[in-house]
Amino acid sequence: MTALPFDLQIINALSALFLLLAFAMLTQRRVVGLVNLLAIQGALLCAATLLLAYRTGQTHLYLSALLTLALKVAFLPWLLHRLIRRLGVYWDSEPLINIAGTMLLGLLIVIFSFGLAQPIAALASTATRNAIGIAVAVVLLSFLTMITRRKAMSQVVGFLSMENGLFFGAMSATYGMPMIIELGVALDVLVAMLVLGVFFFQIREQFDSLDLHHLESLREDQ
Amino acid sequence: MSALTPWLTQALEVLAAIALAPLFVGWIVQCRAWLQNKSAPSIWLPYRAIHKLFHKEAVLAERASPLFRFAPYVVFGSMACAAAVIPSMGTRLPFSGAADAIALVGLLATARVFVSLAAMDVGTAFGSLGARREMMVGFLAEPALLMVIFVASLISSTTALPAISDALATQPFALYPSLAFTAVAFVLVLLAENARIPVDNPATHLELTMIHEAMLLEYSARHLALMEWAASLKLFNYACIGFALFVPWGIATGEAQTPLALLAALPILALKLAAAGLGLAVIETVSAKLRVFRAPEFLATAFLLAMLGLLVNLLLRA
Repeated sequence: MTALPFDLQIINALSALFLLLAFAMLTQRRVVGLVNLLAIQGALLCAATLLLAYRTGQTHLYLSALLTLALKVAFLPWLLHRLIRRLGVYWDSEPLINIAGTMLLGLLIVIFSFGLAQPIAALASTATRNAIGIAVAVVLLSFLTMITRRKAMSQVVGFLSMENGLFFGAMSATYGMPMIIELGVALDVLVAMLVLGVFFFQIREQFDSLDLHHLESLREDQ
Repeated sequence: MSALTPWLTQALEVLAAIALAPLFVGWIVQCRAWLQNKSAPSIWLPYRAIHKLFHKEAVLAERASPLFRFAPYVVFGSMACAAAVIPSMGTRLPFSGAADAIALVGLLATARVFVSLAAMDVGTAFGSLGARREMMVGFLAEPALLMVIFVASLISSTTALPAISDALATQPFALYPSLAFTAVAFVLVLLAENARIPVDNPATHLELTMIHEAMLLEYSARHLALMEWAASLKLFNYACIGFALFVPWGIATGEAQTPLALLAALPILALKLAAAGLGLAVIETVSAKLRVFRAPEFLATAFLLAMLGLLVNLLLRA
């Protein structure tokens, strides 16, 4: 067994932690905890990007690391915390599937996505190509987080974590997206977050709750 | 001399395990008392308890079958056998050819089956209650433990515990996220299997939620002493499995294992045990006991972590 260079080992360890965080989000019941996990996920992403930038010498990766730090570690968690305080939603109701079941489902998803990513990883030429499987798994796990939650707030956190997973995938497959796309995505996320923030208040005004299953049934006009 | 050394290692390891196990339990109790601002009982208390119990007259329930009397010896024997295949000081163990890590898990399961059968034998409510809970915890903890061992086996491409330990201790340093995950999983399994605090409370005899103590309620005198001793030996064994998989440095490795290297390994083992005991005491102090129905979730987490470790290992080769 050949030993990897040490910085690659650290990137591998970070990506493994990234996967673990996706699972932690899947099982976290408290909304505040979810937002904190999202911030930690952003910090991990930032650290991995910085290491990769250092390793490959691609300057635009430094910039995207900075963007990650500003947006995903600082601004969005701050905004979400503020929203939580103002809306007073601290707990999600019991998820649709119980925790142990969700975990097993998550494991199946991880196995599936590792298998899915294998041919892609075989085509990629980056040093971090093994982590593509982890990125796919994180995207799908975040999707599962969104599916199993009822409260709008947790679904938004799942959505943001999905975006983190995509970003990580792009990073490990091709050393990041072109700068213009990255900026565009960042702006999109920001705008989506602001719009959703407004939406939360609207939903609560209409239904007195942030539970999204109220939206599932049609109502006659009053 | 050189032909004798492995056997010397073997004998020393088993004797050390049997002799040190109650001390390890005493040390944990002492650490916990310090952390909780209580005055600590003597560190030798477990020995005195065992000594006292051996000098008492054994009382058996009227309906107890021979199995009830037989079980403590089986349990203690299988724990001592398990101690023989776990490398705590040296990795050249002649017995290890007889049982690899999977057989070791089976050996621990044998002990569990006998404890549970003996608990149900007399037919008291508490006994069968404890036995059922023990089996519930056991069937959830066992796959997690196996997964933990498989990850280490994948890295060192062998399932013999001494060989795993040898390979991990001698290879150049590398970061293994998979091993880190499985280490956490292993700690969770250790807590559950040894009736420590998030799953069971070792300090109480009278609680409706007890697991381990409920199974021993009918035992007295030398049988109880053996059961208690076996329980402490089990904890010691688990700690040594943990050392062998995750902190193998400091044990005597390779072909040239002199008695001197073994003597050097003993203080290192003592140091590791002291640290592990302190760590266990901290975990028990900061966490509260879980409801029994939360125990499957606790162990599912352990299984998840071990499985993740396995998958990450397969994907990243690290």
